[in-house]
Amino acid sequence: MKVLLSGNEAIALGAWEAGIQYASAYPGTPSTEILENFARYPGIRAEWASNEKVALDNAVGAAFGGARTLAAMKHVGVNVAADSLMSVSYTGVKGALILVSADDPGCLSSQNEQDNRQYARFGKFPCIDPADSDEARRFVGIAVDVSEQFRTPVMLRTTTRLSHSKSAVEARVPDAREFKPLSPFDREDGLDRTILPEVARRRHPEIEARLNAIAEWSATEGFDCGVNRIEWGETDIGIVTSGITYQYVRELAGHKSILKLGMSYPLPLDRIREFAESVDTLIVVEELDPFIEEQIRAAGIVVAHGKDVIPICGELTLAAVRQGLYEAGLLAAPLEQPAPFEDVTVPRRPPALCPGCPHRAFFYNLRRHKRKAVLAGDIGCYSMGAMPPYEAMDMVISMGASIGMAHGFARAGGQESAIATIGDSTFFHSGMAPLASAVYNRSNIAVAILDNRITAMTGQQQNPGTGITLQGEQGHEIDIAMVCRAMGVTFVEEVNAWDVNAVNKVLRDALAHEDGPAVVVVRGACVFTPHFHLQPKMHVDLAKCVTCGSCFRVGCPAIIKSDEIYPTSGKQKAAVDPLLCTGCTVCMQVCPVQAIGPAEREGSLQEAL
Amino acid sequence: MITNLDMLFVGVGGQGVLTASDIAAQVGLDLGLDAKKSEVHGFAQRGGVVDSHVRWAPAVGSPTCEKGTVDVLMAFELLEAGRWVDWLRPGGMIVVNRQQITPMSVSIANAVYPDEAALLAALRGRASKVVVVDALPLAEEAGNTRTVNTIMLAALSTLLETDAEVWETAILRRVPQRYADVNREAFRLGRAAAG
Repeated sequence: MKVLLSGNEAIALGAWEAGIQYASAYPGTPSTEILENFARYPGIRAEWASNEKVALDNAVGAAFGGARTLAAMKHVGVNVAADSLMSVSYTGVKGALILVSADDPGCLSSQNEQDNRQYARFGKFPCIDPADSDEARRFVGIAVDVSEQFRTPVMLRTTTRLSHSKSAVEARVPDAREFKPLSPFDREDGLDRTILPEVARRRHPEIEARLNAIAEWSATEGFDCGVNRIEWGETDIGIVTSGITYQYVRELAGHKSILKLGMSYPLPLDRIREFAESVDTLIVVEELDPFIEEQIRAAGIVVAHGKDVIPICGELTLAAVRQGLYEAGLLAAPLEQPAPFEDVTVPRRPPALCPGCPHRAFFYNLRRHKRKAVLAGDIGCYSMGAMPPYEAMDMVISMGASIGMAHGFARAGGQESAIATIGDSTFFHSGMAPLASAVYNRSNIAVAILDNRITAMTGQQQNPGTGITLQGEQGHEIDIAMVCRAMGVTFVEEVNAWDVNAVNKVLRDALAHEDGPAVVVVRGACVFTPHFHLQPKMHVDLAKCVTCGSCFRVGCPAIIKSDEIYPTSGKQKAAVDPLLCTGCTVCMQVCPVQAIGPAEREGSLQEAL
Repeated sequence: MITNLDMLFVGVGGQGVLTASDIAAQVGLDLGLDAKKSEVHGFAQRGGVVDSHVRWAPAVGSPTCEKGTVDVLMAFELLEAGRWVDWLRPGGMIVVNRQQITPMSVSIANAVYPDEAALLAALRGRASKVVVVDALPLAEEAGNTRTVNTIMLAALSTLLETDAEVWETAILRRVPQRYADVNREAFRLGRAAAG
């Protein structure tokens, strides 16, 4: 029986089938569901690490011991792990080491659209790109074989469109499996795990030779096992493609000859040359960088079209590939587009903090400090603090960067105060090192740690601050305030996230603090956690509303415009959407005329609930 | 007998759009076709627009549809139908829920929620058929506002003239056991409303 699995679910299944016994990851869209699903299989251990480098290091240690291992992360997470990645390529591994890199062409949920195939060339290890869920599952097994045969880390690269698309896979009910501990550690197994300069110098030529051997494998066994394949069709045009892009090519040009490269690095250049010589015109269709195209051209193979017709920026789609193939002369006509819909103006619907979100009162207050402070933000749901109505974020670049940026701004002689905003999971990811640096170098920055008791943006994953492990066991819960005090922060205050005035007061106190960094831990559970409790819904007493707009400025999707106009201002009075309201009371607290309160005050609690 | 069908499910985060599209893809498999579905979650999902593509065919290639070629647009929220209608092919069909969820651009800025009559008239100018479903009150009648997606699937099953039982089975297989009855009722109400 076939079932629909997402690319990520399929990778998890494939990993289990391939005998991966230990996996570690830091959540990051679009990679998160890989570990969440893998964690449910029997006889394995799966963990959330505090960041991607830790995840990879965990997997390296396990692979050094002989285990088959996997580390999963989003594309920018590989940047965090890159230090170890580059070196483990030199040392090699004993058990398989699979690095899943989930790239995000189109920046659907990311800060850039870097093409991580470049890491494979940079780090001199192979990269495997599946094109659907069935391949994602099977290619994990192939990646494990290649990793162990060549003692190399292998990148299994997916993209958002593969990770989050579902396609049919033969169903499998996992049979019982016992967790197998490692064999006794064997120092004499020929693997040099200590990457000292002398070892690195000796290993480098061996890595170059390994890469040649893997290219040879790709040209031979790579075709036998189906990771690479040629689908012969008409030979006037031949298309080289890879990954999810293959699906667009097959759909639009399935009648032409297609060379599908499941291993995008190293390339089987002689086989590509043969293919090129068997067709009249060669086209390369790939997403993001001209990664395959440039290597083919460098090998002296004539490429008629590549990035001259296929966009380098953004996610590829049927439409983009259709246009490219049309420009390349393969398709007779572009698709006729219906006229844009302009009959009715459709308002934008930007993402927003959820109703009840514990970040709301903080950003409502933070925006008031904009004139006197520079606001350094970080990566998480709270990145939405940059958007209206708060617009309370002046800089965001990467995970954990907020504290370091605030410190640098202050130490460079910034005229304004500097406030860093960072989440709980992000603090454990990469916020502790910059805080240590700020304490050590004594800057008077304010640091707000928004502790919503979960890793929220990626879909509610546990982290060291919650103390629950990925496999649902009780781990150790780390107290953020205690960590900060232990580092030597002399101002550490915890505050209830929904108490608007208390948050404001503690922020002011933190800004006034002049003995090194001041830390405010804003505590309140994400609405999607079991710790969040619905309260009686809010209700606007229209007789009292004076349309001052205060409640709208809290930026809650549950605050809407009513049909009633306040004559003095001519504006619509506020109302609360009872379907959305969680009763967090932030709007009630900011209303200067006490027009908002629990719905029961109006005797309509029953109705509102 | 349907052999190829491209559907686009759109709505607002939290409406059950993704679950509904999951079920619709499964129905494709259950009807003996190949099926794929594709969605994006993460940043945009927080109160933002959600879109999910479902494709049925003997062998599906791309997991996403192409603008201007969609056979059925499933809009779980009224104005979202307007945002996505240019994905519909000429002669395509629309199932639209009358439910309105105010975007922040309307509540905190000066954008205006479109007039329902004007929007529906414009949609009718673009589609061979527009099925308007008042899914939220029907879901309340069924006993749970979260069955809006079941009501919408019921309407879709009626529009496509496919075997209702295949849909109902796929829905019941997906929802938690304790919500089986309320979903059965929602499915019945949705069929009746669209019929």
